[in-house]
Amino acid sequence: MPTPVPPPERRPRASLLRLLLLAPFVGVLWVSSYNSLTPALGGIPFFYWYQLLWVVIAAVLTAFVYFAER
Amino acid sequence: MRWTAAIVCVALFVLITALGFMAARWRRGDLALLHEWGLGGRRFGTFIAWFLIGGDLYTAYTFIAIPALIYGAGAIGFFAIPYTILVYPILYVVFPRLWAVCNRHGYVTTADFVRGRFGNGWLALAVAITGIIATMPYIALQLVGIQVVIGALGVVGHGVLHDLPLIVAFVILAAFTYTSGLRAPAMIAVVKDVLIYIAVIAAVIVVPIELGGYGKIFAAVPAAKLILAGPKGPTLGSYGAYATLALGSALALFLYPHSATGILSAQNGGVIRRNAAMLPAYSFLLGLIALLGFMAIAAGIAKSPEFADGFKQYGPSYAVPALFLATFPGWFTGIAFAAIAIGALVPAAIMSIATANLFTRNIYREFIKRDCTAGEETAMAKLISLVVKLGALFFVIFLPLTYAVQFQLLGGIWIIQTLPAVMIALYTRFLNGWALLIGWLCGIVSGTWMAASLHFRGSIFVIHLFGTAIPGYAALWSLIINIVVSFVLSAVLNTLASDRHKDATAMKDYA
Repeated sequence: MPTPVPPPERRPRASLLRLLLLAPFVGVLWVSSYNSLTPALGGIPFFYWYQLLWVVIAAVLTAFVYFAER
Repeated sequence: MRWTAAIVCVALFVLITALGFMAARWRRGDLALLHEWGLGGRRFGTFIAWFLIGGDLYTAYTFIAIPALIYGAGAIGFFAIPYTILVYPILYVVFPRLWAVCNRHGYVTTADFVRGRFGNGWLALAVAITGIIATMPYIALQLVGIQVVIGALGVVGHGVLHDLPLIVAFVILAAFTYTSGLRAPAMIAVVKDVLIYIAVIAAVIVVPIELGGYGKIFAAVPAAKLILAGPKGPTLGSYGAYATLALGSALALFLYPHSATGILSAQNGGVIRRNAAMLPAYSFLLGLIALLGFMAIAAGIAKSPEFADGFKQYGPSYAVPALFLATFPGWFTGIAFAAIAIGALVPAAIMSIATANLFTRNIYREFIKRDCTAGEETAMAKLISLVVKLGALFFVIFLPLTYAVQFQLLGGIWIIQTLPAVMIALYTRFLNGWALLIGWLCGIVSGTWMAASLHFRGSIFVIHLFGTAIPGYAALWSLIINIVVSFVLSAVLNTLASDRHKDATAMKDYA
């Protein structure tokens, strides 16, 4: 079986910072905390903009952990 | 027939067909080797992987079905957003390990990994068959995306003539997948995503302006559709359904063969970690697309006689195409529709490649022809990729659409049962191969039973715990049964007949 040679890469150190990645789970699985129309943002009900905001927060947290572990 | 839109659409289709065939020569490799044909030589860097995995996960079906669900059922359809939020922390932490061990040992499929980890061909067979069966209806649903677009372009006809455009699109897809392997969808994904981003960004700016702002759009939607119905009495109500659908779907996503294929084609683990931070851009896009469902309600397109036929034929799936037709000039609608149609080809190609890899590696080479050469292996995979697509095409043309939808729903319940053998096994060798196989069986049977008790119409199964009713995603409940059985039986089997000596992988392979 041909085994491709992996390109050299710095191995990340798995760190406690990864606990930050649990935050999105709390943020979006606790549904009763955000199932509401208000406060609306630019006409968009809370339910929708809150979850879209978590898309951004989760991405930023992941990027932060990535750079911290490099 | 909407000629301008149709001509733009066909022109873009011709362009990506040419790209698909040219892809064979891109980052040239020996396409007679399975990891070259089926994983693009594991050479995709951060940028290409972003387009490839993005095009792989956020399919044409997603882009049609999610706003259709919002349009028809309201807030519950937004579960796709928490689902795609939770996917990426899991991707970041778990899947670079899978990539590392697969790269070290030349594994092409998750079932290859299971075979190596447990030395158990039958467990690998279970993982492979689950993957194949869960993916087949998914490919069929991609075709539905193309069908809706073709219908919206005003192509009418009866019998074979009606299905001809779909058949042509699929023959093209089959041909370039056969010749170019995974390189074809990777190259096409770049074009397709540029088109999708243009179409969606234009839609979320132009449509609200025409409708008088987001405030007016949401005001036009019936209040009951805007948020979830809160629980009344001793039940978690729709909160339980919403949260478990998101979590269960997130856990299942990277167990699907096409997602795994996308990940394993990455150049290194860093590409996967970087993409865990970059792919949420697609989730944000999906959120905006989901809101198109509400815009379709506010625009009142259901009442427009122009679209009555379309809605009659395709149901809520017609909402977004109709919204585009009502809002944009023909040429721009053509671009948007091409994005959806091409958006179906990318995942369909990757899914058929992933299925072919599984069949070839874990069924053909394991049970039928053990001594096949690398060339024979790849030839078989290419052939299977054709068979799989032909199967999907027959499915869509000859069977009612509800079958594909119901099978896909079951597919989600089935694929999650491979989680212990694939994901938990990346961290511990406590589990025993035979225990996992029995756990898998318990999960499949209990999950299917739950879906059957719902007459295959939904996947929210209510369990009663300490006097509280907890509605939840059947996949998650059956996974819990699977995990408990796997661990308890492993504890027993490890003392009676341990299979740990069969592990072909070592601790250092996972870092």
